[in-house]
Amino acid sequence: MTEKPLSSTTGKNTFRVDRQVVLPFRKSVEIAFQSIRVRFFRSLITTMSLVLAVSFLSFASVNTDAANGLLQSGDPAQRQALIRAGHDLAETDQTVGSSPKQRWIVMLSLVVCVVGIVNAQLMAVTERFREIGTMKCLGALDRFIVRLFLLEAFMQGAVGAAAGAVIGALFALGNGMFRFGTLAVTAISWSDVALSVLIAVGTGCLLSVGGALYPALLAARMQPVDAMRAEH
Amino acid sequence: MEEETKKIVRVVDVTKSFRMGKVTVEALKGVDVEIPTGYYISIMGPSGSGKSTLFNMIGGLDKPTTGKVFIEDVDIAQLDAYELAWLRCRKIGYIFQTFNIIQVMTALENVTLPMVFAGMNNDEAVEKGIQLLDLVGLGDRFQHKPFELSGGQQQRVAIARALANDPSIILADEPTGNLDLSTGEEIISLLKRLSRERMVTVISATHDFKMLNVSDQVIWIRDGRIDKVEDRDELSISVGGIDEKA
Repeated sequence: MTEKPLSSTTGKNTFRVDRQVVLPFRKSVEIAFQSIRVRFFRSLITTMSLVLAVSFLSFASVNTDAANGLLQSGDPAQRQALIRAGHDLAETDQTVGSSPKQRWIVMLSLVVCVVGIVNAQLMAVTERFREIGTMKCLGALDRFIVRLFLLEAFMQGAVGAAAGAVIGALFALGNGMFRFGTLAVTAISWSDVALSVLIAVGTGCLLSVGGALYPALLAARMQPVDAMRAEH
Repeated sequence: MEEETKKIVRVVDVTKSFRMGKVTVEALKGVDVEIPTGYYISIMGPSGSGKSTLFNMIGGLDKPTTGKVFIEDVDIAQLDAYELAWLRCRKIGYIFQTFNIIQVMTALENVTLPMVFAGMNNDEAVEKGIQLLDLVGLGDRFQHKPFELSGGQQQRVAIARALANDPSIILADEPTGNLDLSTGEEIISLLKRLSRERMVTVISATHDFKMLNVSDQVIWIRDGRIDKVEDRDELSISVGGIDEKA
């Protein structure tokens, strides 16, 4: 212990209060991963809505990719088949876009999914009040808590979105084969499919992290004293 | 101020009021306390007396409305979030009534977490964590998850965790409140032993009269004020008095 200055009792210089508190990134990942593993079933349910929404997004865009492939094959019969299947195609159109209605529905499903994620994460935060408060008592900074929650959300999001995107794409391809025969798969541009899947995965991660942001900030801002109070 | 016993915590004319809807409740009405280094202190008082408020104030968990709290001569009201986190991490160890072991981590991980925050490298932290668990009598159980441990064992983990960064103060909030009689006694004597061996100041808020036997000083709180402060030698008389009533 350092020597007390003779006159001053208010100064900060009697012992040095440092500012250095750390949580290495690797350790954060470890803790976040563990939290997911322990609450695996709950995480699974939280992720489920994301899987569904992302697979719908992926389904819609891979469907469009398949339609484009068919169109590019140059077969007039395929053009007629596409129009019969509900695609809006003018005489001269060389590409198929997604219809506004389709985009609207995809957007809606994503919004619903985000609301679901925010809801689930808020519940998770309430459930873990004490854990968060304890960590803060042990010296965790606000941003450690935010980081842990966001990392968890990101991992869940990445796995869920990847699964969803693949499921959606496979479903779209299967659907194309069923309707238009093997040409739907042979004529398709695989780089477009890959891009669609990637975009779907990216969107899923973004939504998951975005949905967790507010609950994470809420958790981090909690005072440790409230955590102690919450248990009574 | 005398030099032989340094005051590790000084509470100077502290008041604290809470707003509850439209009413303002005064939990503390001007409290002065000085706690000497290395003492084992019990803060006693009925619930609603301001005991927990004072306790939280000493632990830097709450800031006073007026007055000042010094921990090792540092005014905690002047610390920013980083410095407060550092203080909680390095200088103060917390023990809770409900143990508050982090459920998703093993006993060892719980103990090493504060050391990770303090920037210690992993191998050192693990080694020290095992030593500390050994010290509290859980040497063979460091890989256990909290739900595999009894209440008393969980509280031992919490004590090991509180000691992780060699704090100068251990704050124990009703540490025996959720334990049965004999386990409670074990925990109390463990705290007392550690306090003596490591020169750690232990401050506990409690209802538990078993605590009185080991306390160097008891601070009685009543109605937001200090009722009386008793040193150990005066204590035996009043303990007798209480036992008669109980």
